[in-house]
Amino acid sequence: MTAAAPEADLAAAEPAPDDMLAGDVLADVLVEEISIDGMCGVY
Amino acid sequence: MTAYSLHPQVGLRDERFGALAYHYGNRRLTFLNDPRLVGVVRTIGEYDDADAALDAAGVPVPARPAYLAALARLQQSEVLVARD
Amino acid sequence: MRVTDRLARGLDAPICLTWELTYGCNLACVHCLSSSGRRDPRELTTQELFAVVDELAEMQVFYVNIGGGEPTLRPDFWDLLDYCVANKVGVKFSTNGSRITPETAARIAATDYVDVQISVDGADAATNDAVRGDGSFATATTAMERLAGAGMRGFKLSVVVTRDNADQLDEFVALASRYGAQLRLTRLRPSGRGADVWDRLHPTAAQQQRLYSWLIDRPDVLTGDSFFHLSALGEPLPGLNLCGAGRVVCLIDPIGDVYACPFVLHEQFKAGSVRDVGGFAAVWRTSELFTSLREPDSPGACASCGSYDACRGGCMAAKFFTGLPLDGPDPECVHGYGEAALLQGSPRPLVSAGHSRPVLVPLTRRR
Repeated sequence: MTAAAPEADLAAAEPAPDDMLAGDVLADVLVEEISIDGMCGVY
Repeated sequence: MTAYSLHPQVGLRDERFGALAYHYGNRRLTFLNDPRLVGVVRTIGEYDDADAALDAAGVPVPARPAYLAALARLQQSEVLVARD
Repeated sequence: MRVTDRLARGLDAPICLTWELTYGCNLACVHCLSSSGRRDPRELTTQELFAVVDELAEMQVFYVNIGGGEPTLRPDFWDLLDYCVANKVGVKFSTNGSRITPETAARIAATDYVDVQISVDGADAATNDAVRGDGSFATATTAMERLAGAGMRGFKLSVVVTRDNADQLDEFVALASRYGAQLRLTRLRPSGRGADVWDRLHPTAAQQQRLYSWLIDRPDVLTGDSFFHLSALGEPLPGLNLCGAGRVVCLIDPIGDVYACPFVLHEQFKAGSVRDVGGFAAVWRTSELFTSLREPDSPGACASCGSYDACRGGCMAAKFFTGLPLDGPDPECVHGYGEAALLQGSPRPLVSAGHSRPVLVPLTRRR
């Protein structure tokens, strides 16, 4: 995972709205993954 | 339709935004950014297929493809395991 | 909100934390971040240790990184390990290897959710022992042999990168693979006894650049995101390039004091004590220090530099102990801004001898 500049907020904090479109874009919002080796102090 | 269960080496911890899932085997940390998804993940082992779990969690039909894609992604990173 | 933002704001419980069990140590490494040597008489009792584990389990802290000093010097170390695992708190512990016998190696190999990290600072005895003391390389390799022999795969070989070992990186890879271990490199900070040796031991700018390129080519080498200040050199290193101190990690020291991280054992970065009313949970959730660390970073003097998003101004411990302001460049800033700031000669904070054992210097030396 790279340290990207802040991206547009995809309303990730709210439950998925009913009229949402399908697909990976929204799976991105629901689930995000990082390696545990990836933050200083976390090893 | 796939049935899933939570991987035995995963610790799942509730957070304000949803949950954190830490896999003790592969050391990956996954953010579940949606409380409803967390509810699905916690109960998914009880259902014969994912759709039934989404149904029970009250996931609206138009949203289901995104949730199924999320579950598939969780299986890819071994947070979930597929079962027959 | 992106992952990095969530983490920067802090979580209701740490993801993991570093737990130094004792300041006692049988070695006297020149760069020891905790200035260890002598045990502190105020060390947490076994009962207090277990109470901390109970709290961590309740908060669902995923695992603890146990260290010291040399944690295996505590007679209750192995019981504590078992207690953590029984309560679903994973353990990764750091050791110089001196108590890794065939029996303890077998015990570690047989216990799920326990990982071990052997500390080494040179790819050969001469380089290593100059930092860690005579015989320490042999102790470490014997420990690794025993772990490998007990069937433990994927334990960690942990190296602090210094001026003297920065050109041995390939040899470290070979050393790790000889024992089926994974290599982990971490950054030298001017913390603890590190303050005394940092000027002569921290890698040169050229070495840092070579390290960066080497790490980019080897994503399988672990760093714990320790070198995120180098991300300003180009493509970011894998990882979040973020300081977790007080946000997702912290340190509990042998007497129960809670600090932002193991590299800032100083009053200014002390959040409280597990012995305070409310225990660790109260310190984590409500201490003034941690609350302020969870506020958004401001670039300060780094605002005009295009690299801030990549390096976030580097490591606060590195800045603090070299006397640099926390809202300015890291002393090892890859653009040289830190070096320039150091030349202005700001006073470094006074650092006590900590728990270091006094060094007896003979009146005559024989070589």
